[in-house]
Amino acid sequence: MSAASVRDGEPTRELTLSRAINAGLRRALESDPHVMLMGEDIGRLGGVFRVTDGLAKDFGEDRVMDTPLAESGILGTAVGLALRGYRPVCEIQFDGFVYPAFDQIVTQVAKLRFRSEGACAMPIVVRIPYGGGIGAVEHHSESPESYFVHTPGLRVVTPSNPEDAYWMVQQAIACDDPVVLLEPKRRYWDKGLVHTAGAQAPHPLFAGRLVRDGSDAVLVGYGPTVRTCLDAADAADEDGRRLAVVDLRSLSPLDWPLLVQTARRIGRVVVVHEAHRTLGVGAEVAARITEECFYALEAPVLRVAGYDTPYPPSRMEELWLPDVDRVLDAVDDVLAW
Amino acid sequence: MSDLVQLLTPEGVRVADDTYDPWVADVDADPAALRALYRDLVLVRRFDTEAVALQRQGELGLWASLLGQEGAQVGAGRAMAPHDHAFPTYREHGVAWCRGVDPLQVLGLFRGVTLGGWDPSQHGLHLYTIVIGSQALHATGYAMGVQRDGAVGTGDPDRDAAVLAFFGDGATSQGDVNEAFIWAGVTNAPVVFFCQNNQWAISEPLERQTRIPLYRRAHGFGFPGVRVDGNDVLACLAVTRAALARARDGSGPMLVEAFTYRMGAHTTSDDPTRYRVEAELEQWRLKDPVERVKAHLLRGGHADPLFLAELDAEAEVLAERVRTGCRRLPEPDPAAVFEHVYEALDPDLREQRDEIARLAALVDDEVPA
Repeated sequence: MSAASVRDGEPTRELTLSRAINAGLRRALESDPHVMLMGEDIGRLGGVFRVTDGLAKDFGEDRVMDTPLAESGILGTAVGLALRGYRPVCEIQFDGFVYPAFDQIVTQVAKLRFRSEGACAMPIVVRIPYGGGIGAVEHHSESPESYFVHTPGLRVVTPSNPEDAYWMVQQAIACDDPVVLLEPKRRYWDKGLVHTAGAQAPHPLFAGRLVRDGSDAVLVGYGPTVRTCLDAADAADEDGRRLAVVDLRSLSPLDWPLLVQTARRIGRVVVVHEAHRTLGVGAEVAARITEECFYALEAPVLRVAGYDTPYPPSRMEELWLPDVDRVLDAVDDVLAW
Repeated sequence: MSDLVQLLTPEGVRVADDTYDPWVADVDADPAALRALYRDLVLVRRFDTEAVALQRQGELGLWASLLGQEGAQVGAGRAMAPHDHAFPTYREHGVAWCRGVDPLQVLGLFRGVTLGGWDPSQHGLHLYTIVIGSQALHATGYAMGVQRDGAVGTGDPDRDAAVLAFFGDGATSQGDVNEAFIWAGVTNAPVVFFCQNNQWAISEPLERQTRIPLYRRAHGFGFPGVRVDGNDVLACLAVTRAALARARDGSGPMLVEAFTYRMGAHTTSDDPTRYRVEAELEQWRLKDPVERVKAHLLRGGHADPLFLAELDAEAEVLAERVRTGCRRLPEPDPAAVFEHVYEALDPDLREQRDEIARLAALVDDEVPA
C-alpha cells in the first residue's frame, strides 16, 4: 500500500497510531496558539515513544516544554496555565507514573469548573500511554482508567486505531472539559489510513462505535482490546459464530444508547479490558445493561479482564492479559447459557 | 532577629530601612494612606470576629480565623497591582478584602452554600484552596502563562503582571510547594511565594516542618528569600511590593516568609489549649499587628478621636451586615449543582438532576408554608 492514497475524495496517509497522534498534536498546535504540550522528555527527545517527535523543533520550547521530573508539578502548573487561558496537553510518560499527579487531577482539575460554578474551565488533556503487552518493567503496563472514570468532572477517552487517535487527540484538546486520553501503547505501532486533510472529525469524541456487526454475541472492548475482540470475532467466524464488536472509544461518558441498543438486539454481551476485573469499566457496563436490558438478555454479561493482582512480571503478561482464547471461552459461556 | 525586615516596631515606632523605605515612601508621605491600611486591619479583624461568632451560633459549619495575621495579609494584598493575580489558602480573608471580594462571598464556602463564592478573574484572586499547598503550583503555572503572554519585563506598568502564592509554614513540607519552587526557579516565572509562618500547622509546631528558617530554603531553589515581620503591615507592604516589582520586571520568583502568629485556633473545630501554652500567646499579643499601627498613627498625630470613632462605627455597620447577610445567603439549588460538572449536561447527569429535583420538591411539600 502506498504511503498516501485517496479515500472518500479526501487524501489519506498510512500512519502508525503514534504518528497519528503526532500529526493530531501538530495540527492542534498550528490551529490554536494557546495549545501547548508539557511533559518529561517530550521536547528534544520527542518523547520516549516519539509521539511528540519534531514538535519542539517546529513550535519552540515555550509551546513544547520539557518539564522538571515531577508529575504533580506538570498537572499543577497546567491548572494555572489553563486559568490564564492556555490549553495544556500534559504527557505522563507511563501509566504507572500518573499517581504523583493523581491529587492534582482528581482534586483540582476535575473539580474547578464545579467549584467555581462554571467560571473556571479546565481545558487540559492528560495523555497517558497505558496497558501492557510490550514486555516492560514494573509500573509501565498498567490500566488505571477506572480511577478517572470514577471521578466526576473528568472525561476519559481511548482510541483503538490510528484514525481515531488522530482525531480524538484534537477533539480532546478542543474540549473545554479536562480529558484523560489513554493511548494503547502496544498499538502505537499499528498502522492504518488516516484522513489527515479532513476538515472535521468523522465521529463525535464521546461516542462508541459498532465496528463489526454480528448476531450471536457482542464483544465490547476499548483501546488495546478492540484488536483482540476483532481477532476473536474473526476466529469465531470460522466456527460459524457471528460476533459483533463495539469499540467504546469514550469511557466517560459511556455511550449508553449504543450499548443498550446493541445488547437488546443481540442479547449476549462480553466486555473485554486489560484493567483489573473488580470495579472495572466492565462492571459498570454489566450493571447498566442488566438494569436496562434485563428481559432482552439471553445470558449474564460476562467480563474478560486483567486479574485482580498487581500487573505481573512481563514474562507472564501474555497469560495475564485478555487474549483471543479467553474471549472465545467467554463467548462459549454466553452462548451455552 | 537581625534578619527580620521591620519598619514598625510593636510599639508603633517607625524604624528606618535603607532597602525597603523607598517602597513605602508614599505611605510615609501621606497619612491618609496609613489610615487606609489601619482601616483595612480593623475591618478585617471585625469581619473575622463576627465569622467566629457566626460559627458558634451554628450559622457557619467552620471558620478559619485570621486573628493575628491581619498585618501580613493586608500588607501583601495591598501590594498587588489590579492586574496581578493571587492564589490563597482558606485563611486569606484579609487578602480577599483587599481584592474587593465581599465578606459575604467569603462566608459562602464556610456556610456550605457554595464551594467557591466569587469569580476569580473579576478579583484577580483564585478561589480558596483547602488541600495544603496545591495552589503554589497553580500560581506558578499562571505565572508561566503571564510569561507566555509577554506580560513580564516590558517596562509597561499596566502590562507587566505578577502572581502571588499564599501558603503557610505547614505547606512548606508539601511536595507541591517544593515542586512549585523548582518550577518557578527553572522557568524564572513571575511568582512571589508569600508564606505566612504562623508557627503552627494545627497542632504541629514549626520544628516539625523545618530545620532551617523557611526563607532560607529559597536559596537552595535558586532565588532569594526574605523574612519580614508578619505583624508589621508596613514592612509586609514594602517587601511584597519589592518582590512583585522584581517578578514583574522579569527577575524571577522570590520567597517572602512573613513571621507571624496564629492567635486563634486553627479553625473553630480546633482546641489549641491541648498543644500550646498561654504564655506564648501573651508574648505575641504584645506584637499585635493592629495596635502598632494605631500607636504609630496617634504618635504622629495622624489620627484623631473623630477618625477612630467613625472607623468604629463603620466596623459596627460591617458586623451587622455580615450577621444578617450570612443568614440570608441563598441556599444551594439542588438542580443547579449538576450544571457545572461539565461544560454541558449529559443525559446521565440530566436524569440524576431531575431525580434530585423531584426529591427536593417532595421535601418542600412537607414543610408547612
